[in-house]
Amino acid sequence: MQAESKTFLDFESIAAKLKHNGARHLWRSVEELACTPEYEAFLHDEFPNDPAKEPKAAKQGLNRREVLKLMAASAALSGLTACTKLPTEKIVPYVRAPEEVIPGKPLFYATSMVDRGVAIGLLVESHMGRPTKVEGNPDHPGSLGASNIFCQASLLTLWDPDRSQVVLHEGRISDWPAFLAMTADLRGNLESTKGAGLRILTETTSSPTFAAQMRSLLERFPNAKWYTHEPCGNYAEHQGARLAFGRNVNSVFRFDRAAVVVSLDCDFLDDGAASVRYTRDFANWRGIETPRAQMNRLYVVESTPSITGAMADHRLPIRCGEIEIFARTLGAALGLPLRSASSAVPDQWLRALVRDLQNHRESSLIVAGASQAPAVHALAHAMNATLGNAGQTVVYTDAIELSPENDSLPELVKEIEAGQVSTLFILGSNPVFTAPADLQFAQQLLKVPLRIHCGLYDDETAELCHWHVPQAHFLESWSDARAYDGTVGIVQPLIAPLYHGRSLHELLALLTGDIGKSDHDLVRDHWKSQHSQPSAELFENFWDKTLHDGVMAATALPPLSPKLGLDYSGLPNPPALNQQAIEVVFRPDPTIGDGRWANNAWLQELPKPLTKITWDNVVALSPATAWRLGLTTGDVANLNIGGWRASGPVWALPGQADNSATITLGYGRRRAGHVGTGIGLNGYLLRTSSAPAIGSGLQIEKTGKTYLMAATQIHHPIERNNQQVEEESENAFARDLVRIATLEEFRKNLQFAKESEEEVATGLSLYQPFRYTGYAWGMSIDLSRCTGCEACVIACYAENNIAVVGKYEVMAGRDMQWIRVDNYFRGGLENPETYFQPVPCMHCEQAPCELVCPVGATLHSSEGLNEMVYNRCVGTRYCSNNCPYKVRRFNFKLYSDWVTPSLYGLRNPDVTVRSRGVMEKCTYCVQRINEAKINAEKENRLVRDGEIQTACQQACPAQAIIFGNINDSNSRVSKLKRQTRDYSLLAELNTRPRTTYLAKLRNPNPEISAI
Amino acid sequence: MESDPLEGAAEISQPRVIEPGYTISTVTDKISSIVLGQRQRPGWFLGFGVSFLLLMMLLYAVTVLFAIGVGIWGVNIPVGWGFAIVNFVWWIGIGHAGTLISAILLLLHQKWRTSINRTAEAMTIFAVLCAGMFPVLHLGRPWLAYWLFPYPNTMWYWPQFRSPLVWDVFAVSTYLTVSLLFWFVGLIPDLATLRDRARTRAKQIVYGFLAMGWRGSAVHWKRYEMTSLLLAGLATPLVISVHTVVSFDFATAIVPGWHTTIFPPYFVAGAIYSGFAMVLCLAIPLRKFYRLEDFITTRHLDNMGKIMLATGLIVAYGYMMEAFMAFYSADIYERYVTLNRMAGPYAAVYWCLIAFNVVVPQALWSRRVRTTVPALFTLALIINCGMWLERFVIVVISLHRDFMPSIWRMYAPTRWDWMTLFGSIGLFLTLLYLFIRYLPMISIFEMRSLVTETEGERR
Repeated sequence: MQAESKTFLDFESIAAKLKHNGARHLWRSVEELACTPEYEAFLHDEFPNDPAKEPKAAKQGLNRREVLKLMAASAALSGLTACTKLPTEKIVPYVRAPEEVIPGKPLFYATSMVDRGVAIGLLVESHMGRPTKVEGNPDHPGSLGASNIFCQASLLTLWDPDRSQVVLHEGRISDWPAFLAMTADLRGNLESTKGAGLRILTETTSSPTFAAQMRSLLERFPNAKWYTHEPCGNYAEHQGARLAFGRNVNSVFRFDRAAVVVSLDCDFLDDGAASVRYTRDFANWRGIETPRAQMNRLYVVESTPSITGAMADHRLPIRCGEIEIFARTLGAALGLPLRSASSAVPDQWLRALVRDLQNHRESSLIVAGASQAPAVHALAHAMNATLGNAGQTVVYTDAIELSPENDSLPELVKEIEAGQVSTLFILGSNPVFTAPADLQFAQQLLKVPLRIHCGLYDDETAELCHWHVPQAHFLESWSDARAYDGTVGIVQPLIAPLYHGRSLHELLALLTGDIGKSDHDLVRDHWKSQHSQPSAELFENFWDKTLHDGVMAATALPPLSPKLGLDYSGLPNPPALNQQAIEVVFRPDPTIGDGRWANNAWLQELPKPLTKITWDNVVALSPATAWRLGLTTGDVANLNIGGWRASGPVWALPGQADNSATITLGYGRRRAGHVGTGIGLNGYLLRTSSAPAIGSGLQIEKTGKTYLMAATQIHHPIERNNQQVEEESENAFARDLVRIATLEEFRKNLQFAKESEEEVATGLSLYQPFRYTGYAWGMSIDLSRCTGCEACVIACYAENNIAVVGKYEVMAGRDMQWIRVDNYFRGGLENPETYFQPVPCMHCEQAPCELVCPVGATLHSSEGLNEMVYNRCVGTRYCSNNCPYKVRRFNFKLYSDWVTPSLYGLRNPDVTVRSRGVMEKCTYCVQRINEAKINAEKENRLVRDGEIQTACQQACPAQAIIFGNINDSNSRVSKLKRQTRDYSLLAELNTRPRTTYLAKLRNPNPEISAI
Repeated sequence: MESDPLEGAAEISQPRVIEPGYTISTVTDKISSIVLGQRQRPGWFLGFGVSFLLLMMLLYAVTVLFAIGVGIWGVNIPVGWGFAIVNFVWWIGIGHAGTLISAILLLLHQKWRTSINRTAEAMTIFAVLCAGMFPVLHLGRPWLAYWLFPYPNTMWYWPQFRSPLVWDVFAVSTYLTVSLLFWFVGLIPDLATLRDRARTRAKQIVYGFLAMGWRGSAVHWKRYEMTSLLLAGLATPLVISVHTVVSFDFATAIVPGWHTTIFPPYFVAGAIYSGFAMVLCLAIPLRKFYRLEDFITTRHLDNMGKIMLATGLIVAYGYMMEAFMAFYSADIYERYVTLNRMAGPYAAVYWCLIAFNVVVPQALWSRRVRTTVPALFTLALIINCGMWLERFVIVVISLHRDFMPSIWRMYAPTRWDWMTLFGSIGLFLTLLYLFIRYLPMISIFEMRSLVTETEGERR
């Protein structure tokens, strides 16, 4: 490096420096000592000896030799990388290992998940500190060990790489200290004005700690106000309770005691966290094991098919807006002092229903749905009271929600317009997306001088706020919440916040002045202050037990007997209905809720229970209405209701009431993340604050465009005997895939499920039969219990590391679900009976797939499992062709995400992540079987019945899936398989499946069936 | 070789297998000049260019396939096998005519086969190559295709011999080996002729190397005759066995529409049917462009037409029996599959198949059609399309709606499927163009003996 530009070293100054610094200063070179600019540059240059920077090269350009030299060097280097070892990354073992953590052994912690204020208790599996699977908490009254799709899918949200990761200030990355500094200033200002202009908008909450914090905040700042906004909340229920009892109460339904249930558009088997418990109680009536056992009977009046409607013995599709008239008619028939209105309901139907209800006084139950007006809820309370059900099948307690009862967003907007809001905290909610269209919330929000948002995602609301703080996921933070019956559960973190999220408790603490207090301390201190235990030690015991169990003992709210004070004449008149006008009903989406789950790919790819479409929502119309409007499934329609417009694809949905459209909310997100942005139709664009549930006068206009939707099961309507029926279902019933009888038929003919079966020849095989000396695993699925909620499907995703393929691959027919829930319609499409059938691998005794694999990648295990050896599979797909149940799934492309680092943590370490080109399928959760067997062998015993639960079984709220050892005649599964209802799918093929079904029983009212 | 006593009688009423006026040397000149001629016709370059472009398209499609996976095709669950297997069965079928002509007709002393057997054998090899490519391409992990072979390894891996796919591996690889040997042995005397007539050093070396020292001595001829007969004997059962084994892929599976005992004979007949159609598709343009009408006479065309008619009728009987058995068995799945073929979403494909393979070929009853070149060529093309559709009907339509209506789905090929299909045709044609450029497309020495024989008769 002897270029001309280089300055010569000035030895005099060096000598001077040396003298000055003395001997203590160490120097490496004379240049360093001289501190020349060249040396400085050399020091700060990343590639100081880069030949490309040589001054010669710069002047003359590269000559041929140098080019060749560089090329040779690069070629050699690039060749070298192939044999270079990966860079060394040091891992350091624990110096002091955390207690109880054994590598490879999962630990389970109890926590709770909150859905619209109602908690459901969970046990979360943690592998070396990574939460990998969510299960229900058997000790929690809202779960009893089961869970729903949202609980199961919450895990993916935890590990979602799109979650908000940094504090944002005006859209730019900021940090927590900056936010703290801002809040410190803010607090000072608020102190002086007593909180004038401070507004806090939250979602519905039942957290006692949060409520206490809010109380102390409002005490401190009396001019501040607390607002709540829950897009799909149960506000009508609160108002209905006020109408009926003069106060807000919480209704706890006792489906275990209700022999006759009438649902007025109430999807109690699917909607909300309480549905898990309700499903269990309901299903216990359905899966009867002796012909003498009683079954309950369910009547459902609804406009749009729901899974509750599919379970109904009698389902009446009427427009959502007409249900209020029906409720009045029913009330009048039950003797309430009401003017009987004319309703569309057949008279005999109604009379039979009334007789049935009156025959079951104190053991009947009438429930009203969230979409219904408060008056319907009040009428339901009144009818339950006349039938003596109050206190029996419906138990009233104090309200569990501690947030304001009403959706106060309109009020907030009014205040903003009046300029009364100077600081707005939006905690957890996303009102810019979910607010009713007429509030023009986004424009209004911009008028607030200081807007602060805390949420899981940098979403539509975060975009418009000055500050955005990433919220900690519930598996990362402490909190508490009440279950459907009031039992307190603690929300316990499983992992430190992945993205520096903050809990809402911590955020509130900044305002109340408890700065620096962690959410753990806040929750714990709250309960310490509530606790009457005399000593700290006793509190510690109590606290440890609560954390361990996940529930706080004996905190269920005590039953009340509120006095019915319904002013019948004062009830608002039902809105006048124009018979020809089309109403529109807004519902939370069955898989992505009100939109908060939009970025959860498991939920996006989960088929909607009745349409089986994925990745989209639709405008559901009855086939007749769609026909009348000249529309068919897939046509894009322009929608206009009172000037509010949107457009989306139409779906002709069997069982939908005529002249009624249903739009599920939650789609059409603008800023959801990579998964959920820009898909589907935004129903909030049509929803107004005056008609949050049912809008009337929808105008539907054909656009001429069509839209392709990805359904996992395809239904074709066909005409047969002058009736619209469904082709695939017709064939399914012709093939006896789903076997059905009414309770009466079953009692007369216990063998009904086996009657249609052909005798199969046994012993005609060329091959030796398998013999099982030890375990022989089998499964029984009770179709009477199954509600079709698909919790099993999501549980399987989480347990077995199943890949998501995306809309276009689903359209190509390549979804990867190991268990699917088929649905079939029986009868005319205006109001068909709907049946669900979960189909996992049958684990056939004589498996067609095993014979045809050329490389022996699918084999029969010594315990009768049909096993897949992924690393032996070459991908001929012959096994799938030869599988009559088509339960095998193929990795047509590289579907598993091998790239996103945050998803590594999500995966179950006991299950292989599959690569491209291999077949996969249900394994009966072989990893769980092996774990239980190892444990049993260590203890020198056999695996106990019930010790192994497959993931689908564990999640199932209806307990429809039972797994166990069929070599043990006393096991639960053996007993179920001995029932007369037991049948095999496609038994005539002589595959002898290990998974068998219990035939579906229905319990229709003979009086109505006779009509 | 003894001459057939009936042959002379047949000769009277039928056109000749070689037109008169040829001597041994003119035959040799005419055929070898195509290979050794200095300049190739522009038509060859055009045809080869187009075929080569198609081959490059195949290369592109296969590269993308290996990079992304079989997901670029239209296959799904339940239709796990799509175009790849359709093409595989189709190409394998096409190959059959070559073996039939060279082996069975040789053993039956059918003289007329002489002028077409070389091309037909080449067609067999190229078709088997095209066919053999597809089962590998269609694998999820094609780089592990060798796992289907039993080879000693430290992992103790062994194929699962109950699977028909393993039988396929043996059937197809044996077929390819025997066909290749048979073809090459048959080429040796002609390669020696080319060696002797080649004017450039390079050609002399290459042909000389390939001729393996053939000098035409009596010992050579004796050994040659023996080897030919042995190989013909070996190849004869293969004509029957290969497509039988291929049909087992379907017949042993439980899929309704596949699980049929009629498949082996019906597949073999179908194979010969499509094979002869393909031979006609190739022979007709070749005899026109290279002015070989004297060697490939209307007698050849007529005979091939008759074989097509016979095998076509067997195939039609197969279709009939399939439909009859579906209803006679009272099996609801079989019945549904048959109805679904006839009236389901792919009904058009089924009825095209019936039209192409059953209805239109009835024209072959007419001698005039059999001897009218353009009509025969059109018919051969239609039959080839029809046989491809037949495999589509069997593979795709059976799978897309089998036992569980909940998982009935449609199959739609993607552009990659089409590119691979036409690309394989490109591969086939490219090889064929190279063959007619560098090897004698008609067996010179056999034609010479034919000249001698016919001259003898005339005398």
